[in-house]
Parts: sequence; structure tokens; C-alpha cells
Amino acid sequence: MTYAATQVYAPTPSVPGELKVIQDATCTFCGCVCDDIELTVKDDHIIEAKRACVLGKAWFLNHSIEDRPSCMVDGKPATLEHGYDRAAQILTHGKYPIVYGLSDSPCEAQRVAVSIVDWIKGTIDTTTSVCHGPSGMAFQGVGEVTCSLGEVANRGDLIMFWGSNPAESHPRHFTKYSLMPKGMFLPNGRKDRTCVLVDVRKTKSAKAADIFIQIKPKRDFEALWTLRALAKGIELDPELVQRETGVEFSVWTDLMDRMKACKFGVIFFGMGLTMTRGKHANSEALLALTRDMNEHTRFVAKPNRGHGNVTGADNVVSWRTGYPFGVNHSRGYPRFNPGEYTTSDTLANREADCGMTIACDPMANFSQPAREHLASIPFIALDTKETPTTRAAAVAFTVATYGINTGGTVYRMDDVPIPLRPAFPSPHPSDYDVLTEIEERVKVILGVTHK
Amino acid sequence: MTSSDYIKISQGLVYDPLHGIDGEVRDIWIRDGCIMDPPTDLAIRPSRTIDASGLVVMPGGIDMHCHIAGPKVNVARKMRPEEKRRGEQMPRTNITHSGSLGSVPSTFATGYKYAAMGYTTAFDAAIPPLGARHAHEEFEDTPCIDKGFYVLMGNNHYVMQSLKNKEPQKLKAFIGWLLASTKGFAPKLVNPGGVEVWKSKQAGNVSGLDTLVDHFEVTPRQIIKGVAQAAAELALPHPVHIHCNNLGMPGNWETTLETMRALEGHRGHITHIQFHSYGGGAGDENTFNSKVIPLAEYVNANPNITIDVGQVLFGETTSMTGDGPLGYFLSKVYGGKWFSSDTEMESGCGITPIKYRNKSLVHSLQWAIGLEWYLLVKDPWRVVMSTDHPNGGSFLAYPQIIRFLMDRTYRRDILKTCPPEILQRSSLWDIDREYTLNEIAIITRAGPAKILGLKNKGHLGAGADADITIYTPHENKEIMFEMPRVVIKSGRIIVEQGEMRDTLIGKTLHVQPNYDQAVETDIQEWFERYYSIRWRNYPVDLSYLYESCVIPTL
Amino acid sequence: MPETFTLIPGRTTDQGCGVSEGKFKAKYQTAVSSLQVAPGDMERLGLSEGDRVRLTGEEGQSVEVCITAAKKDELPEGLLFIAYGDISSQLMTGDTHGSGMPTSKGMEVTMELLQKATS
Repeated sequence: MTYAATQVYAPTPSVPGELKVIQDATCTFCGCVCDDIELTVKDDHIIEAKRACVLGKAWFLNHSIEDRPSCMVDGKPATLEHGYDRAAQILTHGKYPIVYGLSDSPCEAQRVAVSIVDWIKGTIDTTTSVCHGPSGMAFQGVGEVTCSLGEVANRGDLIMFWGSNPAESHPRHFTKYSLMPKGMFLPNGRKDRTCVLVDVRKTKSAKAADIFIQIKPKRDFEALWTLRALAKGIELDPELVQRETGVEFSVWTDLMDRMKACKFGVIFFGMGLTMTRGKHANSEALLALTRDMNEHTRFVAKPNRGHGNVTGADNVVSWRTGYPFGVNHSRGYPRFNPGEYTTSDTLANREADCGMTIACDPMANFSQPAREHLASIPFIALDTKETPTTRAAAVAFTVATYGINTGGTVYRMDDVPIPLRPAFPSPHPSDYDVLTEIEERVKVILGVTHK
Repeated sequence: MTSSDYIKISQGLVYDPLHGIDGEVRDIWIRDGCIMDPPTDLAIRPSRTIDASGLVVMPGGIDMHCHIAGPKVNVARKMRPEEKRRGEQMPRTNITHSGSLGSVPSTFATGYKYAAMGYTTAFDAAIPPLGARHAHEEFEDTPCIDKGFYVLMGNNHYVMQSLKNKEPQKLKAFIGWLLASTKGFAPKLVNPGGVEVWKSKQAGNVSGLDTLVDHFEVTPRQIIKGVAQAAAELALPHPVHIHCNNLGMPGNWETTLETMRALEGHRGHITHIQFHSYGGGAGDENTFNSKVIPLAEYVNANPNITIDVGQVLFGETTSMTGDGPLGYFLSKVYGGKWFSSDTEMESGCGITPIKYRNKSLVHSLQWAIGLEWYLLVKDPWRVVMSTDHPNGGSFLAYPQIIRFLMDRTYRRDILKTCPPEILQRSSLWDIDREYTLNEIAIITRAGPAKILGLKNKGHLGAGADADITIYTPHENKEIMFEMPRVVIKSGRIIVEQGEMRDTLIGKTLHVQPNYDQAVETDIQEWFERYYSIRWRNYPVDLSYLYESCVIPTL
Repeated sequence: MPETFTLIPGRTTDQGCGVSEGKFKAKYQTAVSSLQVAPGDMERLGLSEGDRVRLTGEEGQSVEVCITAAKKDELPEGLLFIAYGDISSQLMTGDTHGSGMPTSKGMEVTMELLQKATS
């Protein structure tokens, strides 16, 4: 089938030499998904990206048309048809096919990827498993009290960042959502808010904070449980707290006083929690602390998600399978087990025997054992640019860039879905197109007649 | 077979309450996805004849209040991996996708399960406008049924601001604009005013119809009356759909009565009324009791009111609601994991696992109160079957509820397993009424179609959508209704005896009311001041609807 | 005896911009292959800007990088920082401890000098 929403927002071709302006374009570089960008396009090149941050500008200005073949098979240029055929053969001939990535694809393409996995009885996982996967597991344990980013802008008077460095990872976070906006209940903007940063190093975000708390590395769990205890009024040994967290006890009691006294507190947390010792236990402590704080005031938490549509990937995989990431279909129906069906594991444990990567680069971002195994199995890679992963792939597709060349839908880090307004067409197929072609062939090979 | 071929359902025992057909042997003819009058030209032969002799033929079922798509449903799916590995699994076949079940099934599983049960239309009851695009995306992956959703607006800032400023014209235009922008079906109020208070302070909520909402200085009563009036003036096919204040609280029946009064004669639908029919003192479980009798008396006497029940079934499920403070309350009662999310300018959300136990006096009373509602509303056209899926239980419990209604011995047997005090606190034991098949056809098809303003659904007359369910009669009505012999959707045979034979995606039902577009300038100014996304990126355009079906205003 | 440090890989502006420019371009390659060391540690160990060091992880996995002094108080002594990417990931082990997530921050590494910068 063809998804309805892929039919729209096709970019109009550029007229040589003429300027074209795209209003309210959406930047998909990071999870902020700013949808207020004004793009100026000339000769299939974005020459200006108004309101975009430094990362957004780099994203828009550097994605011009890649002068590379749309398809490479075994390192040699090939026709798309040949690539599609070969891809379908690879995916249907393995016993343990894995599909991974998806956080830089629109939802429409993600849906096709999940369909393919369903037909081939494969395992689907997204880059969530190596960013906020542990937070997803923590959420399954204790839940989450959260809100949309506009609520933060309109109500948040105590803004905390924990293990997150938005000054470098989400540059417009402060101005657009969390610190600077003059909100409905915060008419003076920044002056009406207090900002607290907790991290193991004094990052560039510290400049934006009123209070910086530098904790010992790998002691997030202890620090968060200190706050949980203080929220519940449990007595603690100040010396022990200082020894374990690296921070004076009075700093924690002062912070808890502020947390209780604020009207609407927010904790944005990053991979400083999920990637370090404790992982999901850290995220769980933070989510539980947020929940506890609702006995005193209103308090919410939100992971600062990285990639443009990683949140969409969580949503699509969830609505189609019931689970957010790390989903295995070998029995014909979805099963979930992080640590087993997640890609770092299926590769490092040498279980996967073929695969497909979409908009991700495991050959550069995974552990050495995982990379070695990936390089040893046949796999397909889709990416807008050449990466170590596309170089190692049996079939590599150069695809059009979402939000620049193709339309579709992305979910901001707070689960708000936003449409894309592409700037100019690409000669390369979109990942939606490539995946749809592969799906058709997979269905023929497997005798699937689903319409 | 092409859609232009004729299909004949031959000699079935037909139940078509809208046309007064109560179990008569008839032929039903189908062409181009619709029901047609039997051809007068005797040369016309059907290309397929379904022999329905000895079988019961009804319009396809309509679920007018469930939670099957959108942001909070999807969060609930993510949140509950623990309930899916056990029990039934849904592997892929060569014509269907795989899915997962549990209390919150995945999208494909939802569509297939509704269809396999003979239901062909369902409405999600609570979509925040900012999540409308998400709901439409899920709808496209929810096959075999037509679907639509109600748009949360009982705590919308623009709604409250228009009421505060006494600008009913702006309110009316806003509701028209919001429904059109979201491609939604009806205005939904959830704990009107209460969710806004929850957003602004610890454990915040309103306590009754006349509590002032901070900052906006309006009351729930004003919101209910104002939106009901605007819905009437916009001539919406389905009027305001109301989840009352104080859901689940002992003594809340008075709030419910006041809510119905606040409509001041306008049409209004009170949803999952079971959760709103409790006597007793605040927080005092010892006085908790049923107040269905006085409330049903009011409903019986006031034809502007329709209800659905929100039946509770014993077992484990997931509570999910746009009522943020309720989610907080339930999470404290049950102590399990808790999700809450506030959506800017619009709404809230609460999710927590819940288990209804027949040994609990409160839970068994809730169960009994639901059944009292079906049995004490005299006019079946104004009471609709629902479990508020998955809140009271799964939509998959409908066949069991039918058995409760058609078999008083069975329901009394279950009642005997409940704490004995229930007999003094509810009238269920004393009610002898048993539903007829015709009445079941009303509360599951014809009635909801009428309440929703769906002229092409819920009946088997010429021009109706060919959404038809054929059942094998059985003494045990649960068995009869849980596995239809044949299910036809839009003229296509999609299920036979529980097996999927064919799939389709289904239509999206929405409204496109006329409204004063001049007000859009004012809405835009407000929007751009407070929202975190751009005005132009907010409306959902038609491209997100696989097949749009605009239901005309009245 | 090489000293043990805690390595914190993380996102940086240059790394983020470099991804868009291309992973084989100079900006990205430079961004993900320079190791920030606290000035105090550099002084104590007699290291200087541009020195080449080897980092070795708990299972013997190792990488070679050039060092740069962290801006004044950005990094406490005992911590190392590197932009997230190819090199930092080579120091992860294949184990995710049942979470799906390899330990990618707060890794224990030893640092030894390989070559002084040519000044």
C-alpha cells in the first residue's frame, strides 16, 4: 500500500538561478524539531536557513545533492532494480535478519521498515536502544510524569538539566522551549525561572544555569536517591552523601527546597544518565523522583532526545508491535527483550546473520565486536551520505534527505508530530521509496499477499 | 469478484431496528460497497450468494467510545510489556500483519479483533488536538474498520477564554475551526476545567460544577453549557460528548445530575456513566453505593440526553484518560506505575495499570452499576454498549456483556460471587429485564449510529454502507456474538468464522462544519503567542486520511 | 604504570556540524579524535597540547588520539572528554548488561603517552 501522507509536500523543482523561499520548514537534526525555519533555495542548494542554530545550519547547508550513485552493490555502482532485488534476497535468506536505525527517517518510511520485518520474521531495533532505551525501560518500571514543550515554556519556573548539554546538543532548547520564552504564566521569561545544571563536568550549558552542581562521575544514581530521600523527609548522613555524590549535603537540601517551592518543575535529562553506570536504574531514579515531587508541587521530566525522528521511531514501532524497540518476530509475532533483541547484542553476540541499517552508522558507533560481526554478514545500508557503514554494506543506497528533499512526518522529543516541508527534489530515491520497493519484492519471495 | 458485482445474503433472520425489522427472514443485496434494494430486474444474478438461512443478520457493530489510537494509547502500549508475553499471540499470516494484544492491542491487532467480533466502526474518544496527526497515522495502520475521533476541548484555553470574555461567537467559530483542523468528529469534554487546575497546582482539580478555574475564571458548568450550545449551533452530527467531573469519586452522582442539567436542554452525550453514578461520602468506601435509579430517572425523562455505559469487567486492564488528576488519583489508589502528560493549551493525560476484582466491594459495585444502567434506561436508543475500552475492560468483552443482558440467571450467578453487601447497595439482583436480540442490535449498532448522526451506518436499508455481521444463533449469547459466521465490511467479506479472509484500511469519519472564518485571525494571534509549533504546521490536511468521509452537519 | 581515568564521550557542536558535512571530512575527523584532558592532569603528567596518547579499556581495547587541554574549569582532574564517535565507541565493550546499551560514558581507561607533539 501507499501511505496517504507520503503523497503530499513533494518539493517543487527549482528554476535555475531563481531563489525559492520555504516558510515554516522543519529542521530534523535534533529532537527539538524546530518547525520555524525559513529556507532560501537556489539551484538545488539551500543558501540560507533563517532561525536555524549552528547544528541546523550545518544540516541544511550541507545537504545538497550527493554526487554518488543511488545504489552500490558489493562496492560497485548498480541499478536501483538490481539493488532492490539483491536486498530482498539478502533479507529473505537469513535465519536471523535484523533491521536497525530509523531515527532519521520519517514515520512513513519507518512504517514500511516494520512491515518488512514482520514479513521476514526479523528483529527490529532503533537507535533508541543506544540513547534513551534505558529510559524507555525505566518508564516501563515506574511510568513518567511529563508534558509537551509548550507547557515548559508557559509554566516551568524551575528548569533542571541532568546529564544533558543542550548548549551543544540542542542549541535552541533554551531560547525556544525551556529558559528564555515569555510564557503565559512567566511574563518575564528568563527572569521568572531558575535553571539548575547537574553534570560530571562543567559543560557549555553551565553558562546558562543559575546553579551548577558537579557530581562525581557514575554517581547519578546516588545523587538522585539522595533527592528522593530528601523529598520524602528521610534523614541522611551528610558525610556519606558528600562522599558518595561528591557534593556537599547542604547543596542537595538547598536544591530540594527549591524543588519543593517551585510551581512547575522540569527535569530534562540526557545520555549522561543512560550511557553510564546504572543506565536504566539512573533513569528510573529520576522518573521516580519526578513522581515523588508531585506530592509537593507539579513536576515533570523529559528525556532530551537526540535524533530528529527517534521519537517517531519509538511511536511507530510501538503502535505496530506493542513494544518500543528491540522487537523480535522470529515466532511470527512480536516479542520484546532489551539486552537480547537490541542491536548491540544481536551483533556482539554474533546472532544476526543478515540485516539492514537505515539512517544510522553502527560501523562507527558500535563496539568493536559488534562492528566485526556486522562486517562479516551481508547487509543493506540506506543513508544520505557515505559512512563507514555504507562502505561495509553489500547493498548501499544513497537516499534523499528527509525534510530537505522529501516530506513526511516527524515526532518532536515530546511526541508532537510535525509535518515536513522539503526544499528541493533529489535525484536519489527516498528511504520510503527504497523500502517500499524492497517490501514488494520480499512479499513476492515469501508469498505474502497482504494488500 | 469486483466491487460492482452483486452479493446476496440469502434468507437470513434480519434485525434492522431502524426500519422496524425485528427478526424477519429477508434477502440483503449488496453492490459497490453499499446495501441496495433487491433488484427488480430478475435477470440480475448475484456473483456470490451467502446462504444465511438459520443465521442472524445485523448491521456491523459500532463502538462509539473506546481508546484505540493516538498519543496516550501508544504510551500505554509501550508502558505494558509485561502483560503481552502471556496469553494469546497474533502471528502474521500471508494476508495480515502480526500484532500484540494485552489490554492495549497494537494497531493491526485492534482492527482485526474488532472485525473478527463483527464490529466495523469505532471512535477513539479522546484525542488532544496537538496529537491529531498521530491519531490519523495510527488509523491508517488500524485496518478493517471505519474510524473517527473526538477532540479534547474541555480544558482548552481558547474555549475558556472565550467563555470568560463572554464571546460565544468566537467559541463557536473556534470549535468549528478545531474540528476542521484536526479532522475530528465531535467535541469532547473531559473533566471540564479540572485538568487545567491540575496543570497549575499540586493535586489540583475542580470539586464540582461551580468551582472557578484559576486564571480563566470560568466554571465547569459554563464550559459544558457553552460547548453544548456551540455544538448545537454548528449542527454537528454528534453533540458534545462529556466525561463529567469527579469521575470515580463516591458521591459523584450529583455532579453527573448537575452536568445533565447544565446542558439546559441541548443534546448531550454522557459517556462511561457507570463511573459517574456513585453515592456515598467522599473517600468513604463504607457508604459507596449505586445511584443509577435516580440518574436513570432523569435520563428517561429527558430525551436530549444519551449515554454509554463504560462497563467494568473483572480482570486486569489499563486505565487511560485525558483526565490528568484522575490518573494521579488512581495511581495513588493502586500504587502502580503512573504516566501523566500535560499538553500545552489543550489537555492532560493519565495512565496506570488497574485490576478489577470481584472480591472487592467497590469493583463489584462498579460492575453491577454498569449493568443497572443498561437495564434501567427504558429507551434502548439512548443507551450504548461500551467498556470505555480499555478502562472498564477490553472491547473484546462485548459478547460477555450481551450475555449478561440477555440472561438474568447468568448475571445473578456472577453477582453471587461478589461480596454480599452489594445486594443492599445496588438494585441489580432485583432487575428481571432481559434484552432481546432487537434491543442488542439497537445498543450496539442502530442506536450509536443515530446518536453519532451516521445516516449510512447502523441499518440495512438501501444506501447504507454494506457493513454487515452474520451470526450463528446459540443459546449462550456470548458464544453467538464472539465469533460471527461472516463479517462484511464495505461490501467485502473480511471474516469467516473468526478467520480473516480479506483486509482493507477503512474510512476516516470526520466533520467539516461551517464556521465564521474571520475569527481565525484572533485564533492565530492567540496560537502564535503560546504554542510551541507553528500555526501552519498545526492543521492536519487530508493527505493524512487514507480515505476521508465527511459526515454532513445536521 | 599508566594512570587510570574516567572517559566521558559526549556530543559537541563541531561533532554535530561535522556529521552533516560528512564523516570523512576534516571537521568531523578532527572533532571526534581529539581528547580533552584537564589542565591539572596535563601539568602533573608533563603532557602538552598535541601529544599522542594511547587509551586502553577494561578488555584491552585501545585507541590512539591526540590530546588538547580542556578549557579552564570544564573538566575536573581524573576525567577525560572526547566527542562521541568512532574512536570513543571503539572503547566500549560488547556487553550491554542486559540493557541493550553498552557503557558508553564513564568508561575506565588507562592513558599512556606514545609520542610528544612536534612543536
